Amino acid sequence: MTRTLAIVDYGSGNLHSAAKAFERAAAESGRATTIRVTGDPGEVRRADRIVLPGVGAFADCRRGLDAVPGMVEALEEAVRGGQRPFLGICVGMQLLATRGLEHVVTPGLGWIPGDVALIEPDDAGLKIPHMGWNTLEARRGHALLDGVETGPHGLHAYFVHSYALTPERPEDVLAVTDHGGALTAMVARGNVAGTQFHPEKSQALGLRLIANFLDWSP
Amino acid sequence: MTLKTRIIPCLDVKDGRVVKGVNFVDLVDAGDPVEAAKAYDAAGADELCFLDITASHEDRGILFDIVSRTAQACFMPLTVGGGVRTVEDIRRLLLAGADKASIMTAAVHRREFVREAAEKFGAQCIVVAIDAKQVSPERWEVFTHGGRIATGIDAVAYAREVASLGAGEILLTSMDRDGARTGFDLELTRRVADAVSIPVVASGGVGTLDHLVEGVSEGHASAVLAASIFHFGTYTIPQAKAHMAAAGLKMRLA
Repeated sequence: MTRTLAIVDYGSGNLHSAAKAFERAAAESGRATTIRVTGDPGEVRRADRIVLPGVGAFADCRRGLDAVPGMVEALEEAVRGGQRPFLGICVGMQLLATRGLEHVVTPGLGWIPGDVALIEPDDAGLKIPHMGWNTLEARRGHALLDGVETGPHGLHAYFVHSYALTPERPEDVLAVTDHGGALTAMVARGNVAGTQFHPEKSQALGLRLIANFLDWSP
Repeated sequence: MTLKTRIIPCLDVKDGRVVKGVNFVDLVDAGDPVEAAKAYDAAGADELCFLDITASHEDRGILFDIVSRTAQACFMPLTVGGGVRTVEDIRRLLLAGADKASIMTAAVHRREFVREAAEKFGAQCIVVAIDAKQVSPERWEVFTHGGRIATGIDAVAYAREVASLGAGEILLTSMDRDGARTGFDLELTRRVADAVSIPVVASGGVGTLDHLVEGVSEGHASAVLAASIFHFGTYTIPQAKAHMAAAGLKMRLA
């Protein structure tokens, strides 16, 4: 049976290239999945898997999400209630936090307790945004990282962010990267996961991770 | 784990075609920007840059189609610049699938545009392009119109200003070196890179692989942009990466 994956559209940038990356990963790995870019809470509620993207500022993204009537409730119901596999990407991951501290204090969804704060590298010569390709260090094993080579000689992920999520519970951190100190690169708790980097821009690592997400049964 | 130095091939696009073409073996249509983008994606380029040099505003619609088709075929970051004048221009580029929009003349004329764009779309997708020329031993000025029009603005001070307004990256081109193949203007690059806390992409003058190394080691750039050495097949992206890695730079090797 063909499964459905909803990429939540709440006015945060272009989602068609993300959709294409999911379609390609689905096709290449033989996982029959219909990819839907949707702003319809009903469709999100019915989807087998849910992806929440996000680019821009935390507060803008939160406002955008709240501006779609019933969307936060649909996410709560499907992800928290229905235990459907969920992946947040970039600000879509940051929104899982308790609060975002970018410019103003903004409440997040609170699914991964913690704050999203400005990156302060311990080396003043390091540039912010943390922009470009970096490797991951896995804190533990996880289905999303199956076949993804981590460590300093592993595959690279594409990051572009000035703020980072620090979860309150260290066990929520699945992988970190380094930019003048450890930065949360991936979080996972139960059926909820997120990547600070952009899998849809991360070539080999990204396609593998997306394929793993399509397969994931938390 | 370290952030890697990026290599960014830049394609000049005019009326929907790559100017002068790209000289790769196996490329069916060397003038098709989407074909060229796919080839660079496969070669392991870290990002791609399209610079639209289409003269008339009416013909710029083709660019959005190219950006859209590229974004659907290549899962790599894409920066698009050329004629970006309004928040609406940026919105259209991002909606078409660009990851970053590069603004130049519009920011020179109205600095607040940088702030508006960064607040609207986030600093991470706003690149400010600076074309600079040395006008005295200690001074570089911002130029527009392909280096023909001087603005009287100090390039280093301008870089600092746009960074404070929210630019996420600076694309710095030396108009003295552009096309000369004698290497980046390292003094200019270092002064700008050391003056701002955002990444600086060095551009203009690359003729050899050592030039790429110097841009980072001496110019302090976070990324290097080049056109002809890659388009004409003088060097491949993997060769450039291997050379830079051998020189001690942190690179993303395939």
